[in-house]
Amino acid sequence: MSDTLTMTMNPTESSTHLESNHDAVVKIPGISAQAFQQVQKSTTKKNSVLELKDLNVHYGNFHAVNNVNLSIPEKSITAFIGPSGCGKSTVLRCINRMNDLIPSARVDGEILYHGQDVNARGVDPVEVRRRIGMVFQRPNPFPKSIYENVAWGARINGYKGNFDELVEASLVRAALWDEVKDKLKESGLGLSGGQQQRLCIARALATNPDVILLDEPASALDPISTLKIEDLLRELESEYTIVIVTHNMQQAARVSDQTVFYSLNENRQGILVESGPTQKMFTRPDDPRTEGYISGRFG
Amino acid sequence: MSLDAKSTGLATSVYSPRIGTRQFIGKVWRWIFFGSTALAIVLLGLLLWSIIEPGWSWLSWNLIANPPSRIAEKAGMNPAIWGSLWIVLGSGIGAFVVGLGTAIYLEEYAAKGRFNDFIQTNIANLAGVPSIVYGLLGLLVFVDLLHMGRSLIAGCLTMALLILPVVVISSREAIRAVPSSLREASYGLGATRWQTIWHHVLPAAFPGVLTGIILAMSRAIGETAPLLVVGGASQVLWKPDGLFSTFMVMPLQIYNWTGRPQEEFEHLAAAAIIVLMIILLLMNSVAIGLRQHFSKKARW
Repeated sequence: MSDTLTMTMNPTESSTHLESNHDAVVKIPGISAQAFQQVQKSTTKKNSVLELKDLNVHYGNFHAVNNVNLSIPEKSITAFIGPSGCGKSTVLRCINRMNDLIPSARVDGEILYHGQDVNARGVDPVEVRRRIGMVFQRPNPFPKSIYENVAWGARINGYKGNFDELVEASLVRAALWDEVKDKLKESGLGLSGGQQQRLCIARALATNPDVILLDEPASALDPISTLKIEDLLRELESEYTIVIVTHNMQQAARVSDQTVFYSLNENRQGILVESGPTQKMFTRPDDPRTEGYISGRFG
Repeated sequence: MSLDAKSTGLATSVYSPRIGTRQFIGKVWRWIFFGSTALAIVLLGLLLWSIIEPGWSWLSWNLIANPPSRIAEKAGMNPAIWGSLWIVLGSGIGAFVVGLGTAIYLEEYAAKGRFNDFIQTNIANLAGVPSIVYGLLGLLVFVDLLHMGRSLIAGCLTMALLILPVVVISSREAIRAVPSSLREASYGLGATRWQTIWHHVLPAAFPGVLTGIILAMSRAIGETAPLLVVGGASQVLWKPDGLFSTFMVMPLQIYNWTGRPQEEFEHLAAAAIIVLMIILLLMNSVAIGLRQHFSKKARW
């Protein structure tokens, strides 16, 4: 496990190689060499916060995710990419046990958070979710004031400090404070989509999490709001471990340190194909399927 | 206007659009729907007229303020108005507490599956049981078994049972309509199930729950049969003064008056129906007002 990101492939999957030239650099439209330079820094070894071991997810009889093994280093951004229905959101939702809410879902394997299995007996999903926050695809602020949106999560988790300071600090960190400081009492639903999503990020930050999971956080937003979210993520990276699911390959290339590529096997099950430092994944992926997807040949 | 094949460049031979026929069929349906609406309005109008015409001139302060009497000119329905209000309030509160609780359990806690479906089907069936059956149940359980006698509390509980299925069904619908994204947002912050329900699901579902309750209460105010059994058909001259007091309700009073031989009492009954309808109208307006008030808060 010398790499920052380790992945193990199902042996049966690796045998289904497409013909390709492994040494060729994949050309991705719209991604410049500069985009990778900011990604470059994460070569030093970091401790892994999350380790997924032999993760399998079933929805009823449907085997949705097949044998994912993955390690996610701390204080870095990891992007999950892959075609629709490949299980990347499912894996993300397993990490903070949001799949508990789906009655037919069954999760096997281990998800180690600082070495502790989040699915172990005696682990309360409520505690897991406080430590591992989540931001969803569609902005979903509460129908409450902006202030209350941020304060609520902290309040139910028994925050004892000064709420005004907490709300301000969270909104500042989510790069929203300047836009909303004069209307904290107004409804969070009155904000634009991009502002709402940053409010959701501020709300997640206010419970003092360690990991933040983002499930396609920018897919419902316009390009300018998207860029703001991306800038924000890069800011937050120094303090939080961030995992982001995205359909947007440029976004993965722009923001992430590591990229994990998921795809479907012949049984329509989600599998982890390859993972590694983003620059390598986007220029010299080991697996021809990664190359095919990233260069836009399928998916 | 018609566009010919040459000017649009479309090959007409493959399609036969028959636009005239399709539009005609559309118009026929429109008039059928208009007809059914008109029929409903006319029937409602006739019904209202058949009540207002004989009853209008008999509307008086006596009717509202006086107790029943053998003399039609002095007779009133004051005890019945109070009785109805108490019954509606009592059964509404009872059905609200139990019905909303049941709905929350079935929607938010109980596992979805056969058992849940079975319960759901049964509750829906209960809503269709004739109201007299609830009256007999109330007579057996509340009046006799629990020794409440033919009292206001027995009436309230019987009526609560009667409207409970409607309240459960409408509350479930309201809770189900709360978007799951709201629940996810709450759980994602480390909220417990109860915190999620109390802080987010219930406030968002409340307008719908309220609507269901008020509709159920409107039904309770018009019900006669169960109270005929539980309350007894005797004349009551005083308004209820406690939970175990005897009581009279408006529909019973109306039933009583229509049964009398003198023609005056038929007019009085019509006037009493007008009063009942006005009270119903007021209740529904309050309901709509409350719903508007709460939906403004719970927007997503």
